[in-house]
Amino acid sequence: MLSAYTRLLVAQIRSQTQYRLSFLADVVSTCLMSLLDIVAVLVLFRVTPALGGFSGRQVLVMAAMALLAFSLSDLLVGNVERLRFYIRTGLFDVVLLRPLSALGQLLVIDFAPRRTGRVVQALVILAVALFLVDIDWSVARVAILVVTPLAGSLIFASIFVAGATVAFWWVESGELANAFTYGGRDFTTYPVSVYSGWFRRLFAYGLGFAFVAYYPALFLLDVPDPLGAPIWLGWGTPVVALLAMTVAACVWRTGVRHYRSTGS
Amino acid sequence: MAIIEAEELRKEFVVWRKVGRLRRQRQVVSAVDGVSLRVEQGETLGYLGPNGAGKSTTLKMFTGVLAPSSGRLRVCGLEPVSRRVQLTRQIGVVFGQRSQLWWDLPLRDSFALLRHVFRIPQAEHAARLAQCRELLGLDEFLDTPVRQLSLGQRMRGELTAALLHGPRVLFLDEPTIGLDVVSKQAVRAFLTQLRDQGEVTVVLTTHDLADIERLCRRLVIIDHGRVVHDGSLEALHARYGSRRRVVVDLDAPWEQVPGLSGAVVEAVEAEGHRVTFSLAEGVTAGHVITQLAGYAALRDISIVEPDIEEVIARLYAASDDARSVASG
Ligand SMILES: Nc1ncnc2c1ncn2[C@@H]1O[C@H](COP(=O)(O)OP(=O)(O)O)[C@@H](O)[C@H]1O
Ligand SMILES: [Mg+2]
Repeated sequence: MLSAYTRLLVAQIRSQTQYRLSFLADVVSTCLMSLLDIVAVLVLFRVTPALGGFSGRQVLVMAAMALLAFSLSDLLVGNVERLRFYIRTGLFDVVLLRPLSALGQLLVIDFAPRRTGRVVQALVILAVALFLVDIDWSVARVAILVVTPLAGSLIFASIFVAGATVAFWWVESGELANAFTYGGRDFTTYPVSVYSGWFRRLFAYGLGFAFVAYYPALFLLDVPDPLGAPIWLGWGTPVVALLAMTVAACVWRTGVRHYRSTGS
Repeated sequence: MAIIEAEELRKEFVVWRKVGRLRRQRQVVSAVDGVSLRVEQGETLGYLGPNGAGKSTTLKMFTGVLAPSSGRLRVCGLEPVSRRVQLTRQIGVVFGQRSQLWWDLPLRDSFALLRHVFRIPQAEHAARLAQCRELLGLDEFLDTPVRQLSLGQRMRGELTAALLHGPRVLFLDEPTIGLDVVSKQAVRAFLTQLRDQGEVTVVLTTHDLADIERLCRRLVIIDHGRVVHDGSLEALHARYGSRRRVVVDLDAPWEQVPGLSGAVVEAVEAEGHRVTFSLAEGVTAGHVITQLAGYAALRDISIVEPDIEEVIARLYAASDDARSVASG
């Protein structure tokens, strides 16, 4: 089972490397950009004053955890936004004619390995951030540090998938999905406590973004939530991820049934 | 059990038509409008109809790509959309417009990939590929990237790709559209052979009547999403009264033959030197020619089979009349 997807992946990378020069240029430019990004982020947070009741360094930990979750999900499922193209051209037909999961194929056939750079970049920033703050390390804290980016990336992944699925109903949905994915990335860069009103309610709790990094970071740093949430909420990320994935799977399945192909 | 069973199958599309500058009007297009069909194992079925009749839409429902709006459908005993993955292993599909091959890879690599995708046992894969290579003449372009193949070469590749996993049913949507003469011949000859082996059920949509005449014993004709004929080509001719014709060239101008039976004069041309007779049903050409030979010197004789284009044009005209009566 796995081998079929692996082979598709290899084939896809092989066809990409056919255009060898552009592939190389891609890799080099991505690496350079990542380096610049890292420097920019670190400089930015050196000058960032306290935010929403947290020190700049604490904010950097939250931001780095969120960035890692986002870049992981972007690497693994970010290309699901190409679904629009397959729907508009009717190429999704071909995907449905193979004995594999349609979503699985989509993720594999447009896999962009250059996005690995972003994950490495996030890891570097997180390492620096953890070095800059005092953490009373324990098994629980290490566990939460490992689990959170993985579960958090599943939350982002669910939003990527659900957002892209809108194209089954509305092909010209354009950048609508990005409002939630990239919007979510930007939202999670800062502590939830800096937001207020319906905006906070929608993004932090409705879409579950508070669980991507904020609550786990509170647990890691051992600081109480200025908004009064209990500290154990830091463990909620996998649960929220599971919920998000269930919703995304339902939306996806309904979407596929609404696929209408194209007239010839 | 029939391999395809469709009952009152329907597919509606909602489209928004522009009216005026900003307003849009909701419109429901019935692409497939109550098709009932049974196809038995080993049949070769021609699915024929003018552009926009609903052929492709029907095939997309049969193959699990589109969910029907209503009706009952079983292909290989499975409900196509909900059992899509199982179904893909039992069917082969060639949609003329959409390639299932990997654009940037050599044809050979696409075939190798399909072996893994469909988990085809090595020996089976090799045997089927060898057969297709020979029958479809693939060897000269096996190592060419798909994007560099001509349409005809690609179509031969697509056919192979659709058969490698040993499907029970092969669905072909306009397999000869836009092909050069040689490729068209190759594809038809290949399909004829497939039909004669009788293992694979073939459902073929086309608007090329030559495909149908050579390949399909059974013909389903649809118009505006409805079946207007289901049966053999002969049955179609019988139903619409198409006649075989005998054309004779005469030494002397034509004069009425007294008591000529089984045929009527349809046209007299070339100042009476060429006469066309249409034969009554069940009358042989020989019967008429013998009668004629007794009266006049025949220089040349030709027998013209009924014209399929003509009978189908008549069929559409009749179905349009029926529609306008029903709606008017
Ligand atoms: N995805 C679609 N969206 C809207 N209308 C469609 C779609 N696919 C087909 N149609 C319409 O349905 C009708 C039948 O189309 P189709 O099945 O492609 O016909 P055929 O293959 O016989 O030419 C046409 O009127 C076509 O415009
Ligand atoms: Mg068509």
